[in-house]
Amino acid sequence: MTPALEVHDLTVAYRKKPVLWGIDLEVPSGCLVGIVGPNGAGKSTLIKACMGLLPLSSGWVEVFGKPLSANIRRVGYVPQREDIDWDFPVTVRDVVLMGRYGHLGLFRRPRKRDQEIADECLEHVGMADYSSRQISHLSGGQQQRVFLARALAQESDIYFMDEPFVGVDAATESSIINLLRELRDRGKTLFVVHHDLSTASDYFDKLVLLNQRLVAFGDTEDVFTTKLIHKTYGGRLTIMADVAEALNRDEGLAGVDRH
Amino acid sequence: MTRATYRLLKHFPASWFAWLCLAGILMLPNFAQAARIGDVTQVDAWEQARLFFNWGNSYVRSQWIGCLLIGACCGLLGSFIVVRRMALMGDMLSHAVLPGIVLGFLWNLKKDPILLLVGAIIAGLVAVGFVTALKRTTRLKQDASLGIVLGGFYAIGICLLSMVQRMQTGDKSGLSNILIGSAAAISDSDLWLIGIVTAISAILIFIFFKELVVSSFDPAFAKSIGVPERGLHYLLMALLSFAVVISIQAVGVVLVSALLIIPAATATLLTHRFWLVVVLAVEFGMISAVGGAFTSFLRSSLPTGPLMILVAATGFGLAFLCAPESGLIPRFVRRRAQSARIRRENSLKAIFHQLESENFSAERVDIADLVNRRQREEEDVLREIQQLAKHGFVELTGESLRLTDTGWRKARQVVRNHRLWELYLTHAADIAPDHVHDDAEKIEHVLGEEVVRTLEARFGEEAIDPHGREVPVASQS
Repeated sequence: MTPALEVHDLTVAYRKKPVLWGIDLEVPSGCLVGIVGPNGAGKSTLIKACMGLLPLSSGWVEVFGKPLSANIRRVGYVPQREDIDWDFPVTVRDVVLMGRYGHLGLFRRPRKRDQEIADECLEHVGMADYSSRQISHLSGGQQQRVFLARALAQESDIYFMDEPFVGVDAATESSIINLLRELRDRGKTLFVVHHDLSTASDYFDKLVLLNQRLVAFGDTEDVFTTKLIHKTYGGRLTIMADVAEALNRDEGLAGVDRH
Repeated sequence: MTRATYRLLKHFPASWFAWLCLAGILMLPNFAQAARIGDVTQVDAWEQARLFFNWGNSYVRSQWIGCLLIGACCGLLGSFIVVRRMALMGDMLSHAVLPGIVLGFLWNLKKDPILLLVGAIIAGLVAVGFVTALKRTTRLKQDASLGIVLGGFYAIGICLLSMVQRMQTGDKSGLSNILIGSAAAISDSDLWLIGIVTAISAILIFIFFKELVVSSFDPAFAKSIGVPERGLHYLLMALLSFAVVISIQAVGVVLVSALLIIPAATATLLTHRFWLVVVLAVEFGMISAVGGAFTSFLRSSLPTGPLMILVAATGFGLAFLCAPESGLIPRFVRRRAQSARIRRENSLKAIFHQLESENFSAERVDIADLVNRRQREEEDVLREIQQLAKHGFVELTGESLRLTDTGWRKARQVVRNHRLWELYLTHAADIAPDHVHDDAEKIEHVLGEEVVRTLEARFGEEAIDPHGREVPVASQS
């Protein structure tokens, strides 16, 4: 069976400064994968690179055995909430409808079927009552639910989610994880950037332990070990960090944004 | 759709009102100033107004059409500029094209719109290139880079412009107005260019509307679904520089960016549907441009650009004050109404407490007791009771009062909210019973139906509050 996602020797650099080195991953479909690692480990970078949002320095990514561009509709994305201007003049329903845009060609306005799908997705995350609200009037948890509804409306097979549990209340957190499990049971593959080690082993089938390079990838019970966690969180790769620093100094680029 | 039309109609009169006000303001001092500048511009305002609406005059007609199109084009693009937080970029571009325009004129010493356009676009591109380079290679952030490039290019432009104006040769008509704008300087060939640019912008934005919206709202997501987010950004920048160039003749270099930003900003105060923002911004842009041209026509000595922006700013001011949701006045009125409601609820609560202290044996409450209980001036208490009577919560007879059915229900509801909240704080949040009263005093007025029902489910129908008093049941009369 072709894997849902295959990543080969993926390296990403920001301004010659490597952020991710030589990542190899092969993930079968129908699993809920957590991406775990310390700050600056490149978790968000990994999923952005997988979706083609960042240029790769080397390596390739395949989705269901094809290059990403050929299968772009099978990939859904939930960005970090802080990246968005929540004062933007759109309603909740408009945001969810954006999930349908990938399925519509140029000139095509969302049709009745798309509207219905958007409403169903809002219903699914329990936000149907808020559909005509302006998005700035929502709480953090509600904003996250809207983003999930938009992802559902994409009807994709692989989802990449950037920190969906940040800044949400406990009730929303448990309803989100239930939703993710339900999607997994329907055969979807989900990649979730997660920073909370205390829940990581409960939430995910498989874990990607990341710290600039792939420390481990496998079933949660196999890789969630003290030794591997320690290896992931136990300091940077000193030589790699030194090289990066040196590059930085040479370029006189101290203070450039690091993601 | 019908609701949207309704909203549209609702906002339209507001903007018309805006520029009518301004026209009035500008016409009043006409008489006062007549002695000084009246000698030079002795014009009858009404005669001029009549002329302005005389479409048979081709000179007036091209002013009208030009201003309408410029306003529409700036409003259309401005709404994207504002939501994409590119307002400063628009400001920079509008100043940076000046040297390009003057060089375009110098090419063959003639005001050829196409040459001016080409010069402006080259200058704009170079300026954007500089900003990007500054951001890439230095520690400067976007705003500082924009400021540097804006100032530098504008300075070059001004120097070139005054050099050109000192030259003895060439047809310089209209070039002197380029800083503050003159709608009267719109020529027929200008009009063609304005028409073409506006049409191209409208068509491209129509075609890519949903792509532009999604990439403005959430660029990373847009890219993930295959929307060419970078390409759209450059498209928008190109359209923006075209819009700046066609508007410069009428609005002037200094204030073009304001015509991009103000109408769109006004629209965002009035609605939270993006397509409606675009429609309103186009309208406001057109009204500002024509309104400015009109007032300038009336007084014939004032420059068009600043007047257009004054009209736009007046509209913005009105929206800022009166917008139904976020406007200052509606917000003030709502706050007043709410504090009046809170005062009423507090009076009702006091009456309830008085009745409760007598174990509900009496139906009537003496006003003297109430004054005593509330420890306030008799006058204040009386005034509040009169308010209650006006709302049908109490019936006043002589020195005592009686709660009506609605008053009784309302009083129970307030006390119920108060005690349920106290219960919640002591039980769920483990706050000591003697700490919860003040908090509940505030919360009781704003507790929503939904929360009350949740609290009821939690504490059961018949509950005792932390101070040992019964929580009144809502339905009992």
